[in-house]
Amino acid sequence: MAVVKLFGAWLSPYVYKVIWALKLKGIPYEYIEEDLSNKSPLLLQYNPIHKKVPVLVHDGKPIYESTVILRYIDEIWPQNPLLPANPYDRAVALFWIKFADDKNPIIAKLYQTEGEEQQAVVNEWLEMLEAMEEHALIGGKKFFGGDEINMVDIAFCMVAHWLGVFEDTAGLKVFEPHKFPQVSSWIQNFKSVPIIKDNLPDTDKIVAYLKRRKEMLLTSKSN
Amino acid sequence: MAGKQKHTRTKNQLKMGEVKVLGSWSSPYGLRVQWALGLKSVEYEYIDEDLLNKSQMLLKYNPVHKKIPVLVHNGKPIAESAVILEYIEETWPQPHPLLPKDPYERAMVRFWINFLDNKDKVAPFITFFIGVGEEHKKAVNEAKELLKLYEEQVLGEKKYFGGEEIGMLDLAMGWMAYFGVIEEIVHVKILDAETFPRLHAWIQNFRAHPVIKNNLPDHDRLLQNYTEKRQRFLAYSPHAENA
Repeated sequence: MAVVKLFGAWLSPYVYKVIWALKLKGIPYEYIEEDLSNKSPLLLQYNPIHKKVPVLVHDGKPIYESTVILRYIDEIWPQNPLLPANPYDRAVALFWIKFADDKNPIIAKLYQTEGEEQQAVVNEWLEMLEAMEEHALIGGKKFFGGDEINMVDIAFCMVAHWLGVFEDTAGLKVFEPHKFPQVSSWIQNFKSVPIIKDNLPDTDKIVAYLKRRKEMLLTSKSN
Repeated sequence: MAGKQKHTRTKNQLKMGEVKVLGSWSSPYGLRVQWALGLKSVEYEYIDEDLLNKSQMLLKYNPVHKKIPVLVHNGKPIAESAVILEYIEETWPQPHPLLPKDPYERAMVRFWINFLDNKDKVAPFITFFIGVGEEHKKAVNEAKELLKLYEEQVLGEKKYFGGEEIGMLDLAMGWMAYFGVIEEIVHVKILDAETFPRLHAWIQNFRAHPVIKNNLPDHDRLLQNYTEKRQRFLAYSPHAENA
């Protein structure tokens, strides 16, 4: 019987963060796919307050919030560390992780908004990209983690993979690669890492799903 | 005008180096950092920022957000209060550890700090302060629901959120210690002793701790400053009524 269970949803970047962390450390786990429109009693039992995925259950104890889960995983299984050993470098890494975590829910709204609201979301995206380009990716490093990816790279996964998905769903281009050369390199490098490359949701599938959801949202707004 | 104060207690035995804190006299985020350093007897230089006229130092040390608090240790800056608290805990683990030893319990502390710092969870208390009419009513209900959660699910039967001693989560909940001033100004009480007896007891215990007691914003100054702040917001609010 698996000691580690992960409740997830096939298109959620937050779930993939946990999958990548578990795979990078070689931790076996049982994955339980949740239908977010029809949540299982088991999920609701483990996460009664927030009812969200991902939820990691280790030895029967549930942990929620992807970054909290990643830090827990990193503490329990120290092989292939996801954070720098030096306390100052760790603090810098945690700063950027929080930066990404604070931006992610906002930027996901790109395809859910219109007009002024959407423009505000676009501005948040551009702020994020500018901060990455000017402050976070300094020194021409291959990854935020140096030669290998770490928790910071994982935290910025929405930029690497889901940005294109949101742009396609919204029918709006936000990211101009020539304006963000460091970020562009980083995206190529990140998506070339075998564990990432082999564990990414199909973009066409997500776009189709999100377009349906967007239509449902718009119809319910006009009703 | 930047103010400087040196805080000395029985010095922390570990090498301290040079520690500076850029904060603001009434910010709970800045106070968290000062409380943590105080509990661990770490000497630091406090620099008070005028948030309407930010110093070059602040802009240099936190170019991404331009916000306080910033901790500067031997010339190297760290921003984001939750990140700073973790750094302080790692650098000066004794005395007064702020996190539990057990990784699962640590995860729970991190989860709750993340939860209560979330914009959506802070918003009802801000709207409680500067909102009017319907949006104010809604904020009161949302705020009470959150307080109920904190009282029943997070604090429970414990003396402090950290158990027998003040921990990192207590510091993050520290804004409640002087929320009474906000209630005074708004003339509405939500954190009352009858509805939230445990939180109320927690506030008394927290405020009484010597490190906290000596690092709380002055009541009269808060009253005056926040009254003015609220009046300015209400004057510019599109829903302004006689409040």
